[in-house]
Amino acid sequence: MITQGKHSGSLLTQSARTKKRNAAETRFKAYGIAAIAVSLLMLLVLVTTIVSKGLGAYQQTFITLQVELLEKKIDKKGNRILADIKKVSTFGYAPLIKSAVTAKVEELGIETGLKSKQLVGLLSKGAAAQLRDFVINNPDRIGDTVEFRFLASSRVDGYLKGRVHRDSIANDKNISPAQLDLVDALMAAGVIEKTFNIDFIIGADASDQRPEAAGMGVAMLGSLSMMMVVLALALPIGVGASIYLEEFAPKNWITDIIEVNISNLAAVPSIVFGILGLAVFINYMHLPMSAPLVGGLVLTLMTLPTIIISTRAALSAVPPSIRDAALGIGASRMQAVFHHVLPLAAPGILTGTILGLAQALGETAPLLLIGMVGFIASNAPDSIASGLMSPNSAMPAQIYEWAKRADPAFYERAWGGIILLLLFLVTMNTVAVILRRRFERRW
Amino acid sequence: MTTFWLVACLILLSAAGFALGRHRALASAGGQVRNLHSLPNYYGANVALSISVPALAVLAVWLLAQPMFIETRVASTIPSHLIPENTNIGLMMSDVRRISEGLNIAISQGIMSKSEVVFLDAETSDLRSRLGSLGIALGSDVRPEILDAARSYRSMSHDGRLMMTIVVGLLALIGFSRSYGRTDKDYRARNVVERGVMGLLIVAASLAVLTTVGIVFSMLFETVNFFGQHGWRDFFFGTTWAPNFRGDSELSMLPLLWGTLYISFIALLVAVPVGLFAAIYLSEYATATTRSFAKPLLEILAGIPTIVYGLFALLTVGPMLVKVFGRGDQGLLGLDWMSGATSVLTAGLVMGIMLIPFVSSLSDDIINAVPQSMRDGSLGLGATKSETVRQVVIPAALPGIVGAVLLAASRAIGETMIVVMGAGAIAKLSVNPLESMTTITTRIVSQLTGDTDFSSPETLVAFALGLSLFVLTLGLNILALYIVRTYREQYD
Repeated sequence: MITQGKHSGSLLTQSARTKKRNAAETRFKAYGIAAIAVSLLMLLVLVTTIVSKGLGAYQQTFITLQVELLEKKIDKKGNRILADIKKVSTFGYAPLIKSAVTAKVEELGIETGLKSKQLVGLLSKGAAAQLRDFVINNPDRIGDTVEFRFLASSRVDGYLKGRVHRDSIANDKNISPAQLDLVDALMAAGVIEKTFNIDFIIGADASDQRPEAAGMGVAMLGSLSMMMVVLALALPIGVGASIYLEEFAPKNWITDIIEVNISNLAAVPSIVFGILGLAVFINYMHLPMSAPLVGGLVLTLMTLPTIIISTRAALSAVPPSIRDAALGIGASRMQAVFHHVLPLAAPGILTGTILGLAQALGETAPLLLIGMVGFIASNAPDSIASGLMSPNSAMPAQIYEWAKRADPAFYERAWGGIILLLLFLVTMNTVAVILRRRFERRW
Repeated sequence: MTTFWLVACLILLSAAGFALGRHRALASAGGQVRNLHSLPNYYGANVALSISVPALAVLAVWLLAQPMFIETRVASTIPSHLIPENTNIGLMMSDVRRISEGLNIAISQGIMSKSEVVFLDAETSDLRSRLGSLGIALGSDVRPEILDAARSYRSMSHDGRLMMTIVVGLLALIGFSRSYGRTDKDYRARNVVERGVMGLLIVAASLAVLTTVGIVFSMLFETVNFFGQHGWRDFFFGTTWAPNFRGDSELSMLPLLWGTLYISFIALLVAVPVGLFAAIYLSEYATATTRSFAKPLLEILAGIPTIVYGLFALLTVGPMLVKVFGRGDQGLLGLDWMSGATSVLTAGLVMGIMLIPFVSSLSDDIINAVPQSMRDGSLGLGATKSETVRQVVIPAALPGIVGAVLLAASRAIGETMIVVMGAGAIAKLSVNPLESMTTITTRIVSQLTGDTDFSSPETLVAFALGLSLFVLTLGLNILALYIVRTYREQYD
């Protein structure tokens, strides 16, 4: 006699409850897939945004013009004395550019109702300075007609890159539709061209008025100097601290305090290190504001815990048999560590250091407090000492600075700067991964 | 860069000492290494360390102590009636420093001679405009007492540097002569060097503690100054944040704390479910191949610098949200709820994205630490995989997951760049996530950037905020680590 219970039924057909449970199972799994998909989608969106918005910064619009360096305008006395030539400010060079543009337009036979002032508006505001620099460096060329490649103004550049549209410039007093018509005509004639912009990578930052001339080069040098300081200080100190804690420290409350301290220090918000830097290095020790040395010191304190933690992991991965063998043939404990354990742990230490440096390279918040933003890093330092002590910016600080400025043309620079920063980070991380793969030993 | 040259000289001296010491030890043993107590390099290292370590240590301490010593000495010479009301000695001292720096520049450029500086008269020399032409801006005309103070500041700094050079040089020489004199084939150089190296290692290890002490003291000191000028009750319990330069600023932490917690809450609302489900999927369901590509990709998100997220918030997410929730009839939803790109939601969403890998990798570790036997038991009883996860794995891992969430929260609270760029600058107590609000970190940045005057409560409040932030994140971290640790012990 088979009793018909509540859960009777065939094994081959699913009961309502089993169906429900299986549906819940599928749903749960779908949530997991969705979560991964969302995260990866975000990564994709982030990367495409950066690339699509930033690549523009690596191309720049140039206008080629033949400028006659009229002697009566720039060297009135005609004696080619540098001091006299230098007295002529950039304003003195403006008429030369004006006549060069007008001549070009007339030569090509383009009908335009624009005044010469509007014609000059196509060029960067730095064009006159470029001309002046050339004349000061080559006084013997005065009187000749020389071909120059001037930067186009950021509006023209934006128009060619699709950032500035005809319908979006209704309220823009820097550019008019007639000027854009002229740009089209000059583009067809080959006077205006868009080429690779090496100045963005090696050049200096430029003022608010000239986004087209702004570059990352000097900020990169600032970052490089800071990384030098971090490497020179954080590596020896971090390795020393790790060796002591891992190999020699007796187990007592002092070492306990140090250990708890280090793990907590790793989680302190980076801005707190900025406050420390401001209070101790600048306000108390009177080191100069905005100096890469101070930035390097702050970032050193910030990366120390990272380096210590990874170095300790690398040291503890070296098996005790190595130490025992060294001690067994008469080495002192110090010799066992420095001659045998440390070399074996070196790849791991190096990996951790590179990752710490990468973290320091991308850090911005502490740099804001010690003044590495808010001014124009226009001159490359001329020596190591001035590279450390004279005001400079750093890559992330420069990006932040551009993002704050009003002209949207700077946003393109900011995204472009991020591409550069990420390239550095990707390289450093790849090197770290390769090192780990290549030299990691399984005991 | 005299310090730079001093250090360079010390390094050169040490290198020379190394060679000399090594040579002398070998000579004393008749060129036979086996006659030496230690390896020859240890004798060299002994001399090099004796030269450089004491000298460098004294140099470091001197550089730290000299400014403090001179400041207090010079500050005591300024009569107290000169200090204007509402300011303190710090303002006067910054003038003193600037003048003495200006005098240095004037001398180095040959504008003034050294004797001219000594006999400079504040009333007649029109120092302000002369220094102004050198790029040293002074707020007011120079008073005789200030000029005197500046002069003594200058001469004391000069004397101090000279003395420092002499003392450091002497120490190096003493170190050299002592260690070189002792170098002999029977001298136990290795033991001495190893003791010295051990000392250096201990110093390196305690530097981490020193950093913490530095952090706490640098903030505590200025915070006490702040509470001397501004009531602590108002700072902790007031409800308005409105700094101004008239001297009656309202500086209360509550609106900032609210903004911080609100943004962190939204960030966690995004990061915790996504991160947790991603971790569950990766550790319980995913095949090895999926895991091997999804995990590193997720970790890329963690490696992206926060400035990138900040820019993403400011230029992409913010405008997108405005397009959806703002612009009245032109917007996607026809709403007019959002006017600017900066808002709590903007910063919260982007911060959430940043925290996803943080939550997922921590939870991943914790879920993997749950013993397999517990899963097997549950599956053996007939539970489906999701039931096992929900009813066995997650409850077992719960303390660890709570710890991970707390760590993520502490990250969110201390995060700076995303909120500086995405959250806005208006301090208010509002519940609308589409409004812009400000946070503790944002205010620290804005109060401390630009020209800061370390005597006004508007600047000093940043230190009080920093200390509160430090205490808050530290508390969360300790709690989280405690929870995670006790949980780990459960299954070890």
